[in-house]
Amino acid sequence: MATVVTVTSGKGGVGKTTSSAALAAGLAKAGHRTVVIDFDVGLRNLDLIMGVERRVVFDFVNVISGEATLNQALIQDKRMENLSILAASQTKDKDALSEEGVGQVLDQLADMGFEYIVCDSPAGIERGATMALHFADHAVIVTNPEVSSVRDSDRILGILQSKSKRAKEGGKVQEHLLITRYDPVRVDQGEMLSKEDVCDILAVKLIGVIPESKAVLKASNTGVPVILDEDSDAGKAYSDAVARFLGDDRPLRFVTAKKQGLLSRILGGGD
Amino acid sequence: MAFFGLFSSKQKTSAAAAKERLQILISHERQNREGPDFLPDLQREILDVVKKYVAIRDDQVAIRLDRVGDSSVLELNVTLPER
Ligand SMILES: Nc1ncnc2c1ncn2[C@@H]1O[C@H](COP(=O)(O)OP(=O)(O)OP(=O)(O)O)[C@@H](O)[C@H]1O
Ligand SMILES: [Mg+2]
Repeated sequence: MATVVTVTSGKGGVGKTTSSAALAAGLAKAGHRTVVIDFDVGLRNLDLIMGVERRVVFDFVNVISGEATLNQALIQDKRMENLSILAASQTKDKDALSEEGVGQVLDQLADMGFEYIVCDSPAGIERGATMALHFADHAVIVTNPEVSSVRDSDRILGILQSKSKRAKEGGKVQEHLLITRYDPVRVDQGEMLSKEDVCDILAVKLIGVIPESKAVLKASNTGVPVILDEDSDAGKAYSDAVARFLGDDRPLRFVTAKKQGLLSRILGGGD
Repeated sequence: MAFFGLFSSKQKTSAAAAKERLQILISHERQNREGPDFLPDLQREILDVVKKYVAIRDDQVAIRLDRVGDSSVLELNVTLPER
């Protein structure tokens, strides 16, 4: 039985693709056979973040339409043999994702022995996004501590609770809140919603807080999921989130502002 | 920190304002989506009827459905302008 984990947000640009890549790489690193699928048909980017952009021959839509087999379209990660990537189409439109077609691909991936199927949802609430949500067993709601992102996350929760396959069958999609681009200094100064504020409003279990970090751009520049940059703050925060997803209990890190000593302030140290 | 708080406590931070606005908005939006599909239409039509007699703004009619035991209670609030 494969577990479908959908990474979603409603609002665009909050860190879904960054988080999908990190989560998938983290699950694979923890020894689980994992595939990550780009549902952003027309605007594929997961291939770049995973560093496989030059190896894409066939994509998700090609498989659904029968132009290629799943084996032809799956790209195996060069760093981890138990991690595969299924790219989105750049040319087709999002209506190419039929419920039946997507369902068949997911079933086939499960038959192939993948334990986790991570779905990188596009922004918005149109077809690509609703298809990624429809089959979810788990949903990771990526939220920035900012009003429009929080509001959109709540809308996505509403869709999960009414339109997903699990909800329609009387069950429930397991929800996890992942706060990204968190800046503890600004939270301390009252300029940014705190993690407690966001949790209060959305009432979803927190799975991680990823700090605003330079390591994320560096990772995307080089096509390496940031979780593999093990010395970075964002990499460590994602590792913690994956461990929590797998049932570990870990304290949050990088959520308090570093106290700058008087000396380092005079000397202009710190970051 | 307490020293700092002494001066800053009077002014509400922008994060506090954000939280307050979100809590109001989201509780409203949740009520709407939990209610039956006809609720928005019903609200619009009631508004039109009231407007025939009194000049009110759209946000002066609030409608909500509450569950009380086995039955549902339709609550209608119309704020009439002061005379
Ligand atoms: N923790 C972080 N710190 C700094 N920058 C970040 C962080 N997370 C994401 N970003 C940056 O934010 C931008 C958007 O990230 P990403 O592409 O992952 O978002 P997305 O939600 O997938 O966007 P879209 O809705 O367009 O698919 C990227 O430039 C990324 O580098
Ligand atoms: Mg994306």
